[in-house]
Amino acid sequence: MNVVIEWIIAIFVLLGTFLSLVSAFGVLRLPDVYTRNHAASKSTTLGVLCTLLGTLIFFYTSDGVIQSRVLLGILFIFITSPVAGHLISRAAYETGVDLSNYSVRDDIARDKKK
Amino acid sequence: MKTNDLILQTTTKIAVFIILLFSLHIFFAGHYYPGGGFVGGLLTSGALVLLLLAFDIKTVANSLPFNFRIMIAIGLLFAIGTGAGALFFNVPFLTHAFDYFNLPLLGKTSLHTAVLFDIGVYLCVVGATMTIIQTIGGSE
Repeated sequence: MNVVIEWIIAIFVLLGTFLSLVSAFGVLRLPDVYTRNHAASKSTTLGVLCTLLGTLIFFYTSDGVIQSRVLLGILFIFITSPVAGHLISRAAYETGVDLSNYSVRDDIARDKKK
Repeated sequence: MKTNDLILQTTTKIAVFIILLFSLHIFFAGHYYPGGGFVGGLLTSGALVLLLLAFDIKTVANSLPFNFRIMIAIGLLFAIGTGAGALFFNVPFLTHAFDYFNLPLLGKTSLHTAVLFDIGVYLCVVGATMTIIQTIGGSE
């Protein structure tokens, strides 16, 4: 395994952990459910994708096989994680969780009045 | 504004196929890699539970017309059958055998009678899980 590939793997894994950390800070610091959900579902997806991509490249260069499970995991998280975020947000809205005071737009409420 | 489950249902249609294929992979890889009948059965019933979450119970029952209680019985029959099959060859109960075959497409493959036992485990797990969930979910 040469140095360039080691660097690429390290960058992917560190970027993934950094993005996961950023989303954890977002969940702690943002004001309401929707913005927190935005932080959690978006940047965690990318963080996990980057970490898994680093894993995929690592096993390809060290063992010479493409781990199909890792590839499938990347695809599956990419499909399902945003949908989970959408469903949590919608469930929160349908049960009447208020938006934070900073919010200026509420398109669903406007559409529901029609 | 009428609410609908379009995003959930469309994603479910794609995800269920991936989960089912992965459960079959786990099931068949169980002899050489982590996995086997139990995990494969649980993953399959997980895919069916995802279908139950996205659609209602009648739609799933129409598209998958299995009686899961009979599935448990068939699984037990598989398990006992592979055990009892050993008795016909004058070896103790549950003795398994394997051999290498040259299949068309797959080449040299070892076929083991433990897979038949695993099919029994798989059918029992799927049947039991789905019976539990449908019984709890169906009572109103």
